This record gives sequence, structure tokens and C-alpha cells, in this order.
Amino acid sequence: MALADKDRIFTNVYGYQPWNLKEAQARGAWDNTKALIERGRDAIIDEMKASGLRGRGGAGFPTGMKWSFMPKQPPLDQNGNPKPSFLVINADESEPGSCKDREIIRHDPHMLLEGALVAGFAMGARAAYIYIRGEYIREAETLFAARDEAYAAGLLGRNASGSGYDFDVFVHRGAGAYICGEETAMIESLEGKKGQPRLKPPFPAGAGLYGCPTTVNNVESIAVAPTILRRGASWFSSFGRENNKGTKLFQISGHVNRPCVVEEEMSIPFSELIERHCGGIRGGRDNLLAVIPGGSSVPLVPSAEIWDAPMDFDGLKAVGSGLGTAAVIVMDKSTDIVRAISRLSYFYKHESCGQCTPCREGTGWMWRVMERLRTGDAHVEEIDMLQQVTKQVEGHTICALGDAAAWPIQGLIKHFRPEIERRIEERHGSLQEAAE
Amino acid sequence: MADRFIEPDTPELRARWGNFAWTEANAAKAKDIVARYPEGRQRSAVMPLLDLAQRQVGAELNTQGWLPIPVMEFVARELDMPIIRVVEVASFYTMYNIAPIGRFHVQVCGTTPCMLRGSDDIIETCKKRGMKKGHTTADGMWSFTEVECMGNCASAPMVQINDDNYEDLTPERMDAVLDALARGETPKAGTQDPARHTVEPVGEPTNLAAMITANHDYRSEW
Repeated sequence: MALADKDRIFTNVYGYQPWNLKEAQARGAWDNTKALIERGRDAIIDEMKASGLRGRGGAGFPTGMKWSFMPKQPPLDQNGNPKPSFLVINADESEPGSCKDREIIRHDPHMLLEGALVAGFAMGARAAYIYIRGEYIREAETLFAARDEAYAAGLLGRNASGSGYDFDVFVHRGAGAYICGEETAMIESLEGKKGQPRLKPPFPAGAGLYGCPTTVNNVESIAVAPTILRRGASWFSSFGRENNKGTKLFQISGHVNRPCVVEEEMSIPFSELIERHCGGIRGGRDNLLAVIPGGSSVPLVPSAEIWDAPMDFDGLKAVGSGLGTAAVIVMDKSTDIVRAISRLSYFYKHESCGQCTPCREGTGWMWRVMERLRTGDAHVEEIDMLQQVTKQVEGHTICALGDAAAWPIQGLIKHFRPEIERRIEERHGSLQEAAE
Repeated sequence: MADRFIEPDTPELRARWGNFAWTEANAAKAKDIVARYPEGRQRSAVMPLLDLAQRQVGAELNTQGWLPIPVMEFVARELDMPIIRVVEVASFYTMYNIAPIGRFHVQVCGTTPCMLRGSDDIIETCKKRGMKKGHTTADGMWSFTEVECMGNCASAPMVQINDDNYEDLTPERMDAVLDALARGETPKAGTQDPARHTVEPVGEPTNLAAMITANHDYRSEW
């Protein structure tokens, strides 16, 4: 069963209609938000928990539960005054393959702003900061303008939406650092520092932005909240398999006939997603080589294993990968697969923040060996050496960037080792011929 | 980590930029920006203020703008923070230009999703026009950088030139964009595929067809 248009949350995802407040309200945004807030903090959080929504930023942590970690009573600072709490919305979408938050922000920003108010209220936050990646210049302009519209209409600010709750939303632009998508790096960046992740604990819910309780959520997780509350947890959880509920924006790039961003139900089989919305694989199903199903940080999956896999957290875990942000990178048989992964290694080398030695040194090291394997100018033992180095980086850094740099390479070695060996042999063979 | 080289602080640089101050319009903007953050937390404004300063420098030079050390010192004074903390931020984030830059900053995305859709050809197109990675052309018009994922993967390959994105590129479309900019025109931003609106599957719609012609409200069908 395909997801019906009436069950799509982001009805203006393609931007055929204006993003502005009047049109967004006509589509259902900001519809009696006051009533949602009047349900109370606990009721909102319970509904979100019941909906089964898992965070859409990649890790898939249950959103309702995350909100419930915020303190019910504000902690006191050293002068005995209550500390404010903050909601930080992660719009630093930089994972290669991901391009969904951009569509929400430039085409349906009011869904995000309304979600910010509802989520902020549910966790007792004083204000929300939306951290949008710096490269989204025009998108940020839209977001600033939408925010001003919402303030002018009394939907945000003092007595937001007539609910009696004071809530501010601010937009903060990044300036080109992938690492700021990591929640504690984002908090550092918001405080005006280099975006280098913090050690946890303390977790942000205890001490985050300015040392105050903070929750960091992805744009999509926040923007779907008002619709879930309006239509009920049971509606949202009617899509997808157990533990993988709801609808999701999938972003399909690479070698399909019609790349696109599309909202579909969770657990849709890969083949159905591609055939229905993307016009199939370029050159037909038999031409499919491999797929990176969740953004650059997850291991690739060869064609035979991905074809019938359900696109959800557990289904992709079962094939040794992950849903991540549902950024599906499709590669057909014309792809130089070693180069495709080597280019990702370069990405991680470029984006390593330089704080932890295994990642700072390891990402450059892994990229250089990957380049040797790409050209075949290496020894077969280097494949195992590279595998070993990825294991030394993985799990030995403050944040997950080290892991994210290691996994694509591990996936490549696991599934395409014969191809790497073939290149090395070919290269050695041609060198020998030249010598003779 | 990205390789970044800061423009050295010289007497000439100091003579040119030592008296940097906000224009009237930017002074008002800077005040607004600082007010977004709680009292005593004005350092949070360092990123937006550096961006504003870079844009002001750019407007003066008719380029994308960059951040000479004296301008960073000005921002440090504005926010009452040590200069080194400002330099740290400016050199950490790649969107701050810490060396002079050309009129147009051509940033072609070369990460895997764009690579799969042909960013090599787009980079080649730029090279054919005399651009070189990390350099500005002699006439000061074009600075060329291969950048990492810009988040336009469903409409790859793409280039960001100053504030606008141009997506769904082919070498011909890239040439057309660059030619238009060279003539002083403003080419249409976004997808360069005439058959496409934004990131929908090109051709027959697979979903949300009712939205194309009208601002459809689906609530009555719930």
C-alpha cells in the first residue's frame, strides 16, 4: 500500500505553493495551536511516546522519551535562581546524501516553527535556537522571514498563540562545519566557539547550552510533532513496522532515473521506493551495484541484499547498515565503488574537527590508503591494515565522526574485497609487463 | 581537517582595514543579532557578526568578501572577547574567507552523491574556463573551490556561487550560468533543468499532484 497524499505531513515539500503564513495556515499549520498546548506537558509527551516517533536525525532515539528527560523543576544556578531550559533544533544538515531539512525549511517553515513551540512547551523550554547550516543561505532567509511572520501574528513570543506561554524562537546560522551537526558541537558553536564536541556526561538535558538543560532535536522530528498531536498517536503508528513507526522523508540520489525527496511510510521495501518514485535504477534492476541507504556514515549494501529490504531502522540493521537520515545513495554498475567510498573518506578527513587524535590523524591516513587502493598501487596486506586502522579509530573518539569515517570503509572491504584485490593484481601485472 | 591559510597581518593590511567600522545599516543589524542571545552571552554572536563583517568587506571590494585580521579585531572589540577566540572561529569554519577572494566564489560540490551524477564534468568545465582549485583568476572574477556536500543531493550535481545554488547541472548548463554571471546578469537560481520545479521526481508526478495547481488542504480527507 502506498502512502496516500492525505497522510503526507509535508504537503508542500516540493514548494509548488508559497511557504508564507497565510498559505501554510490554509494547509493546516498553526491550526489552534493553543488547544495542543492546553493538553499539558505530560499529555503531549505521552502522545509522542505512543506515536513511536524515533528521532529523524540519524540515531533514531525515541523523541518523546528524549523530551521527558528534561527536568520538571528547573535546576538552580549558584545564586539560587532557576536556570532556563532550551530547545536546540538541528538544521545543520550536512551528511552527504541528506537533503530533507532543506525542503522543510524553504517550503514549509511554519510546520517547523509550530513544532518548536509545541516541543519547547512540552519540555519546559524558554526558547528554541534553530541552528541552520551556513550554506543554506536562501533557506535561512526564508526561515528568518517565516519567524517574523509568526511573531507578527502573535504565534510566537509573549503569550505564544494565546496559550499564556512565553516562547521565543531564534535562528542561528552556521558557517560550514559538518561536525556542528553533532549535538554538543552544535551547543559549543552556539556559544560562539569552535564546533568541537564535548565529552558526555554531562548530557545536554542536564547541562547543555550555557550550562542549562537543553534538548537537541532534528528538524524533521520537530516539524512532524504538531500533525502527530492533531491526528493522534494511533494514526502515526499505523504506518511502518513495530518499533519503526510513522512516515519519513526519503532522499534518493545517485543512479536512479528520477532522483527526488519523497515522504513515504517507514518500512517500505527498497524496490518499491525506487520503482514507484524514482523511475527505477538507471539501466534497470540488473544494473544496480550497491546502495548506501542512510547517508554517507552507514556501510553500503550490495544489490542482492538491499532489493527487498524494508527501509527502516531494524530492516537496514539486519543487512549490516542503518537508516540514518534515510538518504539513499544509489550506485549502478558504472560506479567506481572504491573511488565512491574514497571520496567519502576525503569528506571525513576534511570535516574532522581535529580534537581527538585517532580521528584527526586516522581520517587522513584512511583516505590516503583508500586512494592507494583506488589506483591499485598497494599491497594486498594493506587491505587488512586499513581494516585494522578503522577498528582503532572506531569507538575511540569523543563523538561519532570517527565511527562514521570507519564504517563506509568497513562496508567496502566486507562486500567488495575481491574488487580491491583485482585492482592491486592488475596494477602489479601491468608494472611487471612494463619491466619486462 | 581542512587546509586553511590565514592572510598574514601586514602594515598595508592594517592601513587598509584598521579603521573598519559598521555601516549605519549593519550597525543596526549587529545590534539585532547580539539581542538574539541572553545577556552576558554576547559571544554567541561571533559567527553572525563575522558573516556580516565579511559581507561588508565584500560590498566594499565588490567580491564575496573576506576577513582581514584588523576586521576580526574589530569584531572582538564589539563582543568584548579576546582576538584569538575570534581568529579560532574564523579559521575553523570554512565559510569565512581568511584570505582575499574573487568577485564570484564558484563552489562545486564534489562529494559522492554529486560525483555519481557527474560533478567531475562540472569541475572540468570550470577548469576549461581557466579556473584552478583554491585560486582566483587573474582578473579577480572567479575563485574556485571544490567543496564538501552542500545538501542538494536530490538535484545533483550542483554549484553554489556566492549566495545562490544552481542545481541539476550539465557542462552546458554550468557554462550558461557562468556566462550569464560574467555578463553581469542574475541567472535563475535553483534547478537548471527546465522540466523540473524543485526536488520532485522529474516528469509525471508520483505524489502530491493536487498541490501543483492549488494550495490543496488535505484535512477534509483525514
